[in-house]
This record gives sequence, C-alpha cells and structure tokens, in this order.
Amino acid sequence: MEWLTVWLAQILSLCRKEFLAVIKDPANRTILFVPVLMQSVLFGYGATFDLTNVPYVVVDESRSATSTALLARIDGTGVFRRAATLETPAQIAAMIDAGKATVAITIPSDFDQRLTRGQASPVEVVLDGRNSSTAGAAAGQIGTIVADFNRSRGVHPAVTVERRAWYNPNLLTRWSLLPTLIASLSFMQTLLIAALSVAREREQGTFDQLMVTPLRPMQIMVGKLLPAMTIGLIQSTLVLLVIRFWFQIPMQGSLVLLYCCLIGFTTAAVGLGLSISALSLNMQQAMLYTFIVIMPMMLLSGMVTPVRNMPRVLQLATMVNPLRFGIDMARRIYLEGAGLSDIAFDFVPLAAITAVSLPLAAWLFRNRLS
Amino acid sequence: MTDTGFTVVAQGLRKVFVAPDGKPFDAIDDLSFRIRAGTLTALTGPDGAGKTTLMRMMAGLLRPDAGTLQVLGEDVSLRPQAVQNRISYMPQRFGLYEDLSVQENLDLYADLHGVPMEQRRERFSRMLEMTDMARFTARPAGKLSGGMKQKLGLACTLVRSPDLLLLDEPSVGVDPLSRRDLWTILEQLIEGENLSVIVSTAYMDEAARCTDVFVVNRGRLLAEGSPEDLSHRAKGLTYEAAPPPGMPARVLQARLIDAPDRIVDAVPRGGRVWFIRQPDCDEAALRELLPDTPFEPRTEELEDAFMALLREHDGDSGKTAEHAPAATVPQSKGDGHPVIVVRDLVRRFGDFTAVASTSFSVAQGEIFGLLGPNGAGKTTTFRMLCGLLPATSGHLEVAGLNLRKARAEARGRIGYVSQKFALYGNLTVRENLEFFAGAYGLPRKRAHARIEAVLKQFDLEPGAVSGILPVGYKQRLAMAAGLLHEPDILFLDEPTSGIDPMARRAFWRTITALAQDGVTIIVTTHFMEEAEYCDRIAIQDDGRMLALGTPQQVREQAGGDRAMDMNTAFIANVEQSRAALARKGEAA
Repeated sequence: MEWLTVWLAQILSLCRKEFLAVIKDPANRTILFVPVLMQSVLFGYGATFDLTNVPYVVVDESRSATSTALLARIDGTGVFRRAATLETPAQIAAMIDAGKATVAITIPSDFDQRLTRGQASPVEVVLDGRNSSTAGAAAGQIGTIVADFNRSRGVHPAVTVERRAWYNPNLLTRWSLLPTLIASLSFMQTLLIAALSVAREREQGTFDQLMVTPLRPMQIMVGKLLPAMTIGLIQSTLVLLVIRFWFQIPMQGSLVLLYCCLIGFTTAAVGLGLSISALSLNMQQAMLYTFIVIMPMMLLSGMVTPVRNMPRVLQLATMVNPLRFGIDMARRIYLEGAGLSDIAFDFVPLAAITAVSLPLAAWLFRNRLS
Repeated sequence: MTDTGFTVVAQGLRKVFVAPDGKPFDAIDDLSFRIRAGTLTALTGPDGAGKTTLMRMMAGLLRPDAGTLQVLGEDVSLRPQAVQNRISYMPQRFGLYEDLSVQENLDLYADLHGVPMEQRRERFSRMLEMTDMARFTARPAGKLSGGMKQKLGLACTLVRSPDLLLLDEPSVGVDPLSRRDLWTILEQLIEGENLSVIVSTAYMDEAARCTDVFVVNRGRLLAEGSPEDLSHRAKGLTYEAAPPPGMPARVLQARLIDAPDRIVDAVPRGGRVWFIRQPDCDEAALRELLPDTPFEPRTEELEDAFMALLREHDGDSGKTAEHAPAATVPQSKGDGHPVIVVRDLVRRFGDFTAVASTSFSVAQGEIFGLLGPNGAGKTTTFRMLCGLLPATSGHLEVAGLNLRKARAEARGRIGYVSQKFALYGNLTVRENLEFFAGAYGLPRKRAHARIEAVLKQFDLEPGAVSGILPVGYKQRLAMAAGLLHEPDILFLDEPTSGIDPMARRAFWRTITALAQDGVTIIVTTHFMEEAEYCDRIAIQDDGRMLALGTPQQVREQAGGDRAMDMNTAFIANVEQSRAALARKGEAA
C-alpha cells in the first residue's frame, strides 16, 4: 500500500511540474486556447462547400417570356449571382477563363418555339471544372431548378426524386465539418505538446536530471501523458462549446460517450507524440517530425474526403491514424447520436496505437542515445 | 591620431543592459582608461565583470550608452568600419565553419578580409607553422580538439596583420597544454610583428604574462598596472600554513575561509594552505585563529592581489553558505570500502573512442576528482557512472550496483548536479525543490523539512524564478536540489565552470562540509588547481587515464615536488604519456 502511495505521489509531482511549466509561460497560455477558438470559428464561417453567390453568365438567344421566367427562377434562388448577360456564346470562354463566372447558361433561340410545340428544348450549361466540387454542386442545383420549372409548366416526369438528408437536413458543410473539429483541432496541439515535452527536457538538460531520480520510465510516461491529455480534452471542450452554442448545431448523442471516446483518442494521440518526442534529440527535430506526420494524418482522416473514396492501400494506412477514428467517433456521436455499439470498433485501433506507442516512448526515454 | 602611444582611450564609458528579471543594470559603469600601444594588455575580472562587453565595444560591435571610446585614434562609435579595417577581433566562440577543412577556413577568412593572393602563401605557412597545424590542413575544423579549434581561430583571425588584436577569453575550456601553446604564439607575434594585443582572461597566470593588467569587476575598473605593481598590493599579507598530519588541507582552508573578518582568501595548495590576511588583522590574531598550526609568510602573487581587490570591492556579497564549523580532526569516514568500482571501462561512439579502458575505484567519504580538458572523456565517464549512458564494455559498480540496470531505488542514493543549469527555469526555487522532493519520493513531512533546510543552507529565496537567478545562485539551487534527499554519493559535473572565484570558494566550502559528513563526492573540473581540494584525482586526456592518485602522487609522477602547480603537473603528465606513446609507435 505504502509503495503505491509513493508511486502515485511521484507521478503527481511530475504532473504538477508539467502543468506549472505550461501555465507559467504567458505565451503558452494564449497559444493553448486562443488558436483553437479562432480556428473553430474560422472553420465554421470559412470552410464551406455550400453554394452561395455562384457567379454565372447567360446567353439568352431566345429572349422570350419563357426564357426570362427560367432565368428569374435561377436568380431567385439566392445561390446564383448573374455576373453578366452576354451577346454570343463566343464570349463565354473569356468569362470562365478569367474566373468571372463559374457557370455559363446558353438558352438556344428556338427555346420558346420548341416548348410551345410541346417538344423538349436543351439548355446548355458550361461549368468551370477547375473546382470540381463547386461545379458539380452548381450543376445539381440547376437541375433542381429546371425540374421545378418543368413541374410549374405542368410537365410531369415519370420518376421524381424526393431528397431527405438525414442528420443534416439542409446538407450544410458546417454541420458535417464542425463536429470533426472536436477531434482534429485538439489533435494537432496535443501531438505537438507531447512531442515537445521530452524533447524540450533533453534540449535543456533537465531530462538527465529526471533520469537520475528514482522515477521509472513508466512513471515519467504517465506523468507526461496526463497533463497533455488534460490540455487536449480542454481544447476539445472549447470546440464543443463553440459549435454547440455559437453555431447552434444540435448534438444528438451522449456527452458521456463522447468524452469516453475523446479520452481514448487523446491517449493515442499523446502516445504518438511522446514516441516522436523520445525519438528526437531536440525541439527542432520534434517539431519537424510532428509536421511530417500531421499533414498526411489530416488528409487521410476522412475529415473532408471520405476514407471510402481512397485507394485500398491508403484505406489500410488510415488504420494507424488515430485521427481517423477520433473524427469518425466525434461526427457520428454528435450528428447521428451513435451509441457505444455503433462505434465500439473504433476503439480497437486506438487501443492498439496506444499499446504500441506508449511503451515504445518509455523504452526510448532510457535507451535513446544522445 | 590624437593620442599617439595609446591604442584605446576610454572616457566615462557606460553601457546599460536589461537583466533577465527586467531591471536595467550597468554592464560598464563609468569606465575611463588608456591602453598603451605595442603591449600585451590583459583585461581581467570574474565572469560577468563586463570584459566581453568592453571587447565588443572596442571592436565596434556595441555602441556605448555614454562616454567616448577611441580605438587607434578613431571614435569607434562614429566610425566603426574605419576601426574594424585595422583591428582583428577573436570572439569567445570563434566562427569556424565546422564542415570546412582547416585550409578552407583559412582561405575563407583571407577572402573575407581581402588578403592579396601573393601575401597569402607566406602568411598561411607562417600561421600553420606557428600553430603546429601544417599536418592537419585537410581535416574538417569540426573534428579538431577544443585547443586546436582555438588555435585555428587565432590563425584565421590573423590571416592579415592588424594594428590591434582583440582576443576575448581565448583560453576558456582549452586544456593547459593548448593554453600554453596559445600563449607562446601570442608572445612570438608581439615580438615578431610589434603587435598591440588586448586579451581578456579569467586566468591569473595568463594575466601575469602581460605588460599591463586592468582588473574590472561589475563594470568598474578596480586597478591597473604591471603584474608586479598589482602583486605588490598584497605584499606582507600572504602566508602559507601546513595542516597537522592527517588533516586534509581543505579542512584547514575551510576554517580560514570561515573567518572573513581576518582572512581575505584561502586555497589549498600542494598539501598546504595559502592564505591572505586582512590588512587590519595582525599576526597575533592569526595565531589565535590557528592555535595549533604553524604558518609562515610567502611571496605574494598576482592572484593574491586580485582576490584582495575583489573581496574589497564585493564586500560580503561573496558570503558563503552556512556550514557547520570545519572539524579540527577529520571525522571517521566509514570503513573506507570502495563505493565505486570501475574496471576496463570503454565507451566508443562509432569509430571514435571517448573513453579507453579506464579503471579506478572510489572509497566511501572520498572527494574524487576527474580532471582533464574539454573532450578528454571526463563527462562521458561521468555519465556512464550515473547510468545515463551505457558502457561499450567493462565493469561498472556504484554502491554495489550498475545504475543503468539497477532498480530505481538505487538511484535514490545518488545526487547529481549537471554541467549546465538543468532545472526548470520558469518554475520558482521552491517549486523546483518541491518537484525533486516529490520525484525522490520524500514523504510530505520530510520533504517540507528538507526544503526548508536547503533553502537556509544555500541562502536561497524560495519565491525567485530560478531561470533568472545569477549564475552562482543557479548553481546553489542545483546543489540544493541534488542534496534534498541526502544522497550517499554526490556526482558533480563541472560545477564551477562559469562562476566567479568567490562563488567557487563558497562551493568548495560546501563540498568540504559534505565530505565531513561522509558523503562520497565525484567531481569533474577543468580548473586544474581545484584538484587540491580532492583526496584523489584522475587525469584524463584523449579518453585515456594518464594519472591516478593523490594530488601529491600526481605531482611526483610528473617529476615535481610540492611547489609544482597542478597545471604544470598536468602538462608534464600529458607530455610524458604522449612521448611514451610515440616511443611505443616507433618500437612497433
């Protein structure tokens, strides 16, 4: 019993020291919390695939009441903004090349006649494919407008599609993206804090001082793990508060489950960071390694592009990426209200990453030669 | 030139810096002096006296905040370039390009200074010959020893012939042998080229070789004059005392140091104690202090005058920490069984052998010194002993265990003070101590008592932020942290480098007290004279163990007697061993 008390007291004094070291540095205090808040607000407003203000140009060769009515519908959605009304199709290329328009619509001169005759009339839509996701979304939007237009003219297609987007009724990017930030924004900083923690001590010579104390590598590891985890969880909480109360995105799942998942995820992230740190001889190296791993991890996390769309090899590679599972858990619990049974699988790779990285870090503390 | 005959003329010079704690302080405080042309002039003073600041101002790299400074007749703050064209300046850490070879470094500096091609060959060969580096021209500068780097730095500084040469502590961290070579080169240059040289140094034996000596402390000029004039200030105040048989000199020295009202300074030397009395303390008062110890006057040296000047200027700021009075009779030190045993210890890094087959043992309660220049292998040996570095081969035992493999509890019996300040700089003194008390698993009550005890013992302010403490106090804090858990064995790596002579005395006073309490002490130092405090020393050079024994035995091995100083003993030992190696090489 007494042995355990001493063991825990030693870890406690390490944790205390780590917290003090972080909190005493005024630069640290701001770096830990201000960027997370700023980034989550920036992502909420800035990063969006939602269509608004898409500039388009039109060549109306029909110049009829019908064509004007169709264009009025396009203008009326609020999605498209007419950048210019052109005289000839030849002018389109210049407008698209210059980026002044993303969409060009050409209404042929016989548009009205064909429709009155009861025939179908094509409307040509030219899209700027340089931004494929905007172009695709714009085309879909125009399709919807045309279908509505047809229905208003009493034309009833044989099959109609009624869309209902579950979990995100208006298909807002903000809804699908922001919950992933609970995992991804804190991931970056937790990884960096953990990666710098041992490297800083090595650089300043304090690590030797630590190694000659009776502290075991295991204790040092736990003493480094807990403070970094706490900081990560506080950051996640900040993001959670911003998206719930500032952006008012309703949370479906259980808060307790979300935190259980975050704890699992953050432990794996810190484990990874500590391994990087134990491997590095100084802070510069640790920083470099962190940036080398963080970019691919972000790309292969499924935050923006679904993991399912990736080539098979890369899909396999995402299995060692804690961020993938963190994001999956956060998004599903927040938006879907997923229960433990739904996301239980995500814990397996996270546990595996933790089980490898933490002992590796502890081993490297003593065996990495300087 | 306005003042012919003087290279540097300073008038009311002042430079203000901001200390780490945010308070401004005068690094140079109303300094006025004149330095004569054609001489070798030493600028001496403890660390932080303002030597480097002054050098940088003379080189036109720093502007004075007040006063005027003329170098070679030019106002250096108005026309720094005009001055820089005529001087050569070697900073403390000379900018050698470590990946370039010796020759490439020379070429580069010749290019930078625009030395004409036809002059180069003659100049280079002279420099290479003088520095004895002609054999190494193809070797990358990064692979030279500390002493050779410094010599190459000097050669690069002297690729052109300047009117004035400024050298900022050229011999810091350089082994005694290279130090001697460096000074031979300087003396040749002054003779051969009629060069004016200003050199800053903390070594009194170096200052003693100069024509003029300026003693500065805390930005002020304490004294100037020839070494003889300065030494004269301590005339009649210097004595030598022999401790009674069986008493280590350091115990007697500690007793003298503890009486600052009568004694200015005391150091162990050749098994005896050299000391300086306060001018108002007569011999009767001395006899009172040393009732059972005979003492006799000795010839004064520059160092005596230097210490007297410093003590006078600093007042009681060099106050030592509190100790139990030094015991007259050495206390029992246990049974003298070895607590550290090292046999055939080897450490290689790739194809470089940092420590070659080293064996020694240390008895309980001993002060054991590992001496040698930077890069000699002492720090590597030291790190292996502490279990921070695995040995390549050999047997290693500390308190009966190999610390690298031993259970964590074994580490609780040793204390460790590292070479550079290695505590948490943004924590306060108390927070650091609390952390280490926790790390050593001290129970709450004992931790509290020990923290209060070391705070008092080392005269530390618990609320001070440790990162901005003055160097001497940082070192005290490091000692306090290393002693919190009352270790049986204390490891000290270069504890005295970078701290001033007063702080060093105070430090050794603490060590003496610890040794009296039966703590075994392993200490590394590149100050050879500090060997006199040790019971036994080991001298390493190039990873090899050259000498092992009491300071007296080491002197005898070097063929010297009691009067031989440790520097000379070191040089003699190294030269003997190198000669022996060369003979072996020839025979083979």
